[in-house]
This record gives sequence, structure tokens and C-alpha cells, in this order.
Amino acid sequence: MQFMLLFSRQGKLRLQKWYVPLSDKEKKKITRELVQTVLARKPKMCSFLEWRDLKIVYKRYASLYFCCAIEDQDNELITLEIIHRYVELLDKYFGSVCELDIIFNFEKAYFILDEFLLGGEVQETSKKNVLKAIEQADLLQESKHLEGQTTLRWGK
Amino acid sequence: MDSNPSSQKLSSEGALLGSPRPVRQSRRLEVVKKILPLNSKSQRPEVRGFKIALQGGPGGAGSHNRGGETEGSDQARTFLGAWTRKRWGESRGVETEARMVASSLKLQDLIQEIRGAKTQAQEREVIQKECAHIRASFRDGDPLHSHRQLAKLLYVHMLGYPAHFGQMECLKLIASPRFTDKRVGYLGAMLLLDERQDAHLLITNSIKNDLSQGIEAVQGLALCTLSAMGSAEMCRDLAPEVEKLLLQPSPYVRKKAVLTAVHMIRKVPELSDIFLPPCAQLLHERHHGILLGTVTLITELCERSPAALQHFRKVVPQLVHTLRTLVMTGCSAEHSVSGVSDPFLQVQILRLLRILGRNHEESSETMNDLLAQVATNTDTSRNAGNAVLFETVLTIMDIRSAAGLRVLAVNILGRFLLNSDRNIRYVALTSLLKLVQSDHSAVQRHRPTVVECLWEPDASLSRRALELSLALVNSSNVRAMTQELQGFLESCPPDLRADCASGILLAAERFAPTKRWHIDTILRVLTTAGTYVRDDAVANLIQLIGGAQELHAYSVHRLYSALAEDISQQPLVQVAAWCIGEYGDLLLEGTCEETEPLQVEKEEVLALLERVLQSQMSLPATRGYALTALMKLSTRLHGDNNRICQVMSIYGSCQNVELQQRAVEYNALFRKYDHLRAAVLEKMPLVERGGPQVDEEAKESKEVAQLSEAAPLPTETQASKLLDLLDLLDGPSENAQHPPPLDPTPGDTLIHLLDLPCAPRPPAPIPNLKVFEREGLELNLSFVRPPGTPTLLLITVTATNTSGGDVTHFICQAAVPKVCRRPGLRGSLDTPGEKATK
Repeated sequence: MQFMLLFSRQGKLRLQKWYVPLSDKEKKKITRELVQTVLARKPKMCSFLEWRDLKIVYKRYASLYFCCAIEDQDNELITLEIIHRYVELLDKYFGSVCELDIIFNFEKAYFILDEFLLGGEVQETSKKNVLKAIEQADLLQESKHLEGQTTLRWGK
Repeated sequence: MDSNPSSQKLSSEGALLGSPRPVRQSRRLEVVKKILPLNSKSQRPEVRGFKIALQGGPGGAGSHNRGGETEGSDQARTFLGAWTRKRWGESRGVETEARMVASSLKLQDLIQEIRGAKTQAQEREVIQKECAHIRASFRDGDPLHSHRQLAKLLYVHMLGYPAHFGQMECLKLIASPRFTDKRVGYLGAMLLLDERQDAHLLITNSIKNDLSQGIEAVQGLALCTLSAMGSAEMCRDLAPEVEKLLLQPSPYVRKKAVLTAVHMIRKVPELSDIFLPPCAQLLHERHHGILLGTVTLITELCERSPAALQHFRKVVPQLVHTLRTLVMTGCSAEHSVSGVSDPFLQVQILRLLRILGRNHEESSETMNDLLAQVATNTDTSRNAGNAVLFETVLTIMDIRSAAGLRVLAVNILGRFLLNSDRNIRYVALTSLLKLVQSDHSAVQRHRPTVVECLWEPDASLSRRALELSLALVNSSNVRAMTQELQGFLESCPPDLRADCASGILLAAERFAPTKRWHIDTILRVLTTAGTYVRDDAVANLIQLIGGAQELHAYSVHRLYSALAEDISQQPLVQVAAWCIGEYGDLLLEGTCEETEPLQVEKEEVLALLERVLQSQMSLPATRGYALTALMKLSTRLHGDNNRICQVMSIYGSCQNVELQQRAVEYNALFRKYDHLRAAVLEKMPLVERGGPQVDEEAKESKEVAQLSEAAPLPTETQASKLLDLLDLLDGPSENAQHPPPLDPTPGDTLIHLLDLPCAPRPPAPIPNLKVFEREGLELNLSFVRPPGTPTLLLITVTATNTSGGDVTHFICQAAVPKVCRRPGLRGSLDTPGEKATK
């Protein structure tokens, strides 16, 4: 995966994860163009489109668009599954997640994404493990110091 | 507070999954629709409390910043315990107080305030004020709260505002011993720093430290950041650390280390040497995450180096075994998606198998059974199963698979085409398009389904269906397919019309069963989508009609009818005008077996052509056609030519230079050169079709005066050629005619227009020309193209003395146009009866 963008129906960016090095200006340009392109799609159209030399896979969940850019040899259908898995993780974590959750807890959304994907590839296919890792990180955050944590096993 | 339907429209409404329950209206009209059917077990109290507080107002329930301030969470819990709707009003009072106490906003407060801003300017103001605070805080140092400041900055950055002054703060936070700081610091690094910034290298040391200290969460953060924004230098520096982590006991760290290695190899391919050896061992892991990462790593290694590819072929049996276990015996529920065992892992393994089996008989054979198993055992009711199936098909088609397996794969794609999910249809069409060349007959079986897909409302699907349909046309199905495609052309969206039209014309050209069918097809395309056809379609049709002698009458009748109906489609008008001009006599005869009898009067024909000439819709080129056609009719049709003469006189003062020139010359033909008119306007000979050479030849050819007429093709050189012709006529003493200098080079520029995969045919041999015979002297030209050098045309001028006496002082002068190069003349003889050859 080259990048993932989350944006609202009004085109406001809610999350951006880039797995390729691009300048800020380029990122903004790409974001703007892609958001326009995806928002212009009618509801009955398929979830894939070709844009520049990339394949774009997008899906709308309520008021939020999840949009991934993959390369030519990547499987579009499994990317849809990746998107769905991420939404399920968010849902499990926030409990019936809605866009507001992602707005006000954007850093959490990033943390969850970083436990699911790494360098643009899937790192963990078990929902349970991802959520456990986040929980334990949250606990670690709540405790004041890190000493004495070396023995804390992270499970899986 | 009833649910107000109008409030549902406003911002961030429903939860992302599932069906909505009735909504509560909040004072700020921000609605939270609960989606999942009461999965309240999964909802943490503090989250709920937070969300409810959110609706009531910011910070009221002691802004629950989950970033670590715990004082709020107690409040939230008690809040929840005694929750009533009345409390919403109270919470707002608390909010204002809380704000006055802290000088800078908490993260959620800031977000709330920004969202509350009514205009862009207001938002900018809020943000600028806050950024000033943040900058001050960074400068003065506020170790307890700097993570919060950075978080705010990151939010502002996502809105599009500059945040570069936070870069150093990221580094500081990463270096801090507190986990909260590190978490936000690393996030900041991933968002604000990239390899273009000079500052990014400074992280290297922090990352190195974090990788080697034992806390897994921290190692995880470091690896994640490294794989997201690690530059080549960083990767080189930290490769040994990552390599060590591959051997760490904790699976959590190992799975991340493996994927970080993937990133490193992408950045610095030389590091493959370090990361190749551990792969074999890692492949024995039971942990799905590590296994997945390892397969990805091996894929990356193999794609970059043929040596690695060779090396890893030996793991094919093991991969086969792993995949077989997954498919046949399944795995634990936590990895399953809609009944498919870990589709992510399956897809990745299939992809690696594809790379390993490509062009390698032995590996391919090892996989054959497994692929068939996966193809038949995967549940296809949901997308997850179809994703695996799709990857299987891609793999089957790419390796050296058995024929039966390939047919199975194509059939799976055919089934996909019938799937109700349009995404599945999309991938099926895309894949079939790639396969249509190599497995043509297998794909042919699904032709009816493909044609169905033409009518998809989604443009990207119908475009693919069109491409595929065109690729499937062959000599046996051309009639049926053309029928379907014509139907599609009539109603397809405008951006597909050009492709459809040219596709039909091309298919017709390649597979036309009869000439008449061919002409009919082109005619229909021109009528339906005339404005979308390519420029050479006109020339092609003219060529075609010209060559089908038996169909002249038929063509001219049909074209006349079509023209009489509609004079707006330019290509059609052009062809019709040409045809009427050439075969007008056949039109008036009125008898044609193949079409309905049409009684046409001479006046009607002339009137029609004049209409074309005068119409606003006609392009200048079209008018040129019409004018020339009228001129030709002056010899074809009987009776006086006053009407035509009149038209020519009128157009002699036309604004358009081209038309004016033509009209003037035609006028000259009427007046001064009436005796030559018939000869000049004779029926055209068939232009030699040397493939792409057609237009080039016609353009360049200068005909010998006595024999042929000027070809009225729509080129600018037309008028000048005619002029030259008349110049030659003016000087009857000049008798050394130069031969037509045919453009010898294959018209490369035209090849792409016709898109025919044919090599240009060598030009047809040119017959000898007798160019002069008077007073006992005969001049003959013969043309030879030496086979070795097709660009060379050897012209032999043979002068024969047929008189009884001697011919003396025979001087042969050859005038050639500049396009020819004259290699040289050789030899001459004067004696009677002898042939002098040059």
C-alpha cells in the first residue's frame, strides 16, 4: 500500500497515513485531487478506480470515506478486506465508532492503524491480538513510569 | 428532545458499521447514531461517558483526555452513574470554569473550538492563537504537557496548517523516558518528518536506543516509525539492530521486525544479504503475523534478485503445505474472516507462489494440486473468499500450469462476471482482458456474458467490457458482435463513442465477410457516430467503395439516401459527396437490385450538393468535396451544365482560399479547356492500397496529363497539383514527363492510425507508360524497383526511332521534382531503329 486517507463527505481529511516519501506539497496535491475524484463517484459505481499509475480502492462507511492507494500487482479485493478489518478494529475499540470518535481521538486511530499495518503491509491478522496490544499500550500510558515494565509480556 | 430528522444531515453522523437506531438530538446538533446492535459489553464506561460529555459540551465531564489525565475519568464514571438529560446544562457551566483555569486548551477542547468556528477566518484565528501558545511552550519547555501540545499541533497539521516548528519537539519527546511522550513523539515523527528533512537523521540515535532497550511497546514504536519514514541512511545504520530483533523471543517484536526488514530492503537493496538467511527459519513460525511478514519479506527478496528467487524455490513445498493446512483444516476463529481462514495470509502465500512458479516447470507442478484445491474449496459467498479465489486465478495464469487448470481459472473469472457484486465483475473484466491474447478460446466461451457487461451503468466497467468485446471479435462471430456493438454505440456515453466506433471499423476491416457488409457497417457507424470516427475512416471507405465495382450502384444509392436525410455528419457527407460525384450516372439510372428503387432527378442531385455546399454545418473540407463532386457531375450527367457553371462562378469569389482556387480552376476547365474536361474528370482509377501508404501515395503522385485526373482527396496540395497540371497543359512542347515519384518509405506516421499489425506491403509494380509518340519517335518509361532497396525507383526511358530516317541531335532532358534524386543518366544512341535507353 502506498497511502491511506480517511476523509468526510465534505472532503475534510480525518487521517492520512503515507508509506512513501513525498513532500508536504505533493501530499496536499494528491490528497486534494484524490478527494475530489472519489467524492465525484456515484454511489452505484464500483470501489476501484485507476488514478495516475495507481489503483485506488475506496469504501464509504457512514459519513467517512476510507481510501487506499495500491500498486498494480496488489489484489484489490483483499484491500477491501483490509479496510473492513480496520473499521472493525476501530469499532471494537471505540464501541460503535462514528466519525466523531476519529476526529477527537485521531491519535488513537493512528495507533490502532499502526498495530494492524506496518510499512504498508498487514502485520497482524488476528483482531484479538491487535486490540490486546492497544489495550496494553494504553495501560502503559496511564502508569507514570516505565521502570518495572521490562517484565511486562506483550502476549502476542 | 425528540430526534430531529434535519439534524441527522449535519456532520459526522452515524457510526461506521451496522444499522442506525433513533438518534438523540444534542444542543449542537451533533448526532451520534449507535450502530451495532447493543454491543454494550464492548463499550467501556469511560468511552461512553466521554461521548455523552462530548454531546453536552466540551471538557464538562472533566475533559476526558485519554492521553493520561486521569482526573477526568473518575468524573466521567460518576457522571454516568447519575446521568440524566438535565445534566447537560450543568456540564456546560463546568466547562467554562475549567477553561478559565487552564491557560492553554486540552486537545479535545481545541478540536471542539476549531469545529465550532463558523468561518475560515475564525478558525484561522483560533489556530494561530493556539500555535503561538504551543510555540511558547516548546520554547520554554513544559515536560509534563509537551505531549499534549504536540498532539494539538498534529491535529492542526492535519487541517493543513504549517507545523514544522514541531519537528524538534518530536525528537525531544522521543528521547523522553515516559511512554506517553514516546508514543506521541513517534507519531509526530511519522507525520512531520520525512527523509527530505535534514532533521530526520537525528532520530536515528533515539531509535537505536529504543530498539535495544527491552520494553516491547517501545521497540514496537521504534520499528513502526522506522518502517514508515526510514530513509536509506537510517536503514543502513539500523539494519544490525533490526536483524537482532528477528531473533527476539517475543512474537510481537519479531513480526514488526520482519516487516521493517521489508521496508529496509526496499530502501537499500544491498541489505538483502543480511535478511535473507533468517527467512528459512522464520517460515516455520506458527504465529500468523510473523508468517505473513516472512512471506512478504521473501516476496520482496525474490522480486529484487534472481539469485534469491532461485534460492527460495526450495521452500515451495513448505508453502504449499502451509496453505493446504489453512484451506483444508482451517485455523482459529480469531484469524477467520467470513468463514475463510486468514485470507490475508492465503493471498500473500499465493502471491509468493506465483513469483516462484513463474517460468519454472518443477515448482509449478508442485503447486498444481494445491491451486485446484484452493479454487474448489474456497467459499465464495463473501468478498474474503473471492479475494482468495482471485489471487488463485492470477497465480494459475502466471505459472506453468496444466491446461485443465487454466480453463478452470478462466471459468472462475466467467463466474465472477455473473456475480452481483460489481467489484468482482470489475476484477474479472480486467483479468480477462489480460488473458484474451493467450487463452483466446477459453475466454471466447464467456463472450455472451462479456457483451452483457457492455450495458453496465458504471463507466469503468463498460469501458473494460468494450475493450474485451473488441478483442473477442473473430471471423466467425463478427456479424453478431458487430450487431451488438452497433447497438451499444447508439446509446453509449460520449467518452466511449470514439473507441467504440474505431473498434467497430477496425473489426470490420479485419473480418468483413463480404464487401457489401463492410460498406453497410461503415455506413451505419458513420450515421450513428459520425463525429467520433477517425480522420482516415473517410479515405478508407472511399477506397473500399472504389474497389468494389459491383457495388458502385448500391453504394451511391445508399449514400444518397443517407445524405438526403441528414447532412450534418461530416464524414458521411464527405463520402457521399465523393460517391455521388463519381457514380452520379448510376444514381440517375435508378435501377439497383439491392436497394429499393429510387427515382432521382438530376436537379435533385445538384440541389442536394448545393445544399451541402451552402450549409453552415459543412466543414471547408466537406465543401471541397461537394464542389469537386458537382464538377464531376458536369460530365456524368446529361443536359446542360448551366447550373453547375453558375455555382463555379459564384464560388470563384468565395472567402475560403481553397474553395476559391478550386472554383477558379473548374471555371477555367469550363471555359478555356472544355475539350479536356471529360478527360480530366474521368472516373478515378483505384488507388493502390499499400497498407499505410495509401494517403502518402495519393498525396505525392503527379499524374501524367493524358491519362488520369486529379484525385480529389482532402489535402491542401490538391489545388496546387491541379495548377501544375494546367501549367503542363499550357506548354505542349514539353514532352519529357516525369514519372510519378511514389513516396517509397512506408508511411510510418500512418501506421499507428490504422493500428493494423501488418508490415507495409511493398508498393505494387507500376506499368510501363508510353509518354510520347510523334513523328517517329516513341518514348516509353518503365519502372523497376530493385528488391533490395525499396526506396529506389529505377526509371528507364526508352526512346525508339520508328521512322525510316535518322534521328540526330537527340537530347534527353529529365526534369524531376525535388523529392526525387536522380542518380544519373547513362548512354545514348542515334541510329535509327535502335533503342536508346537511359
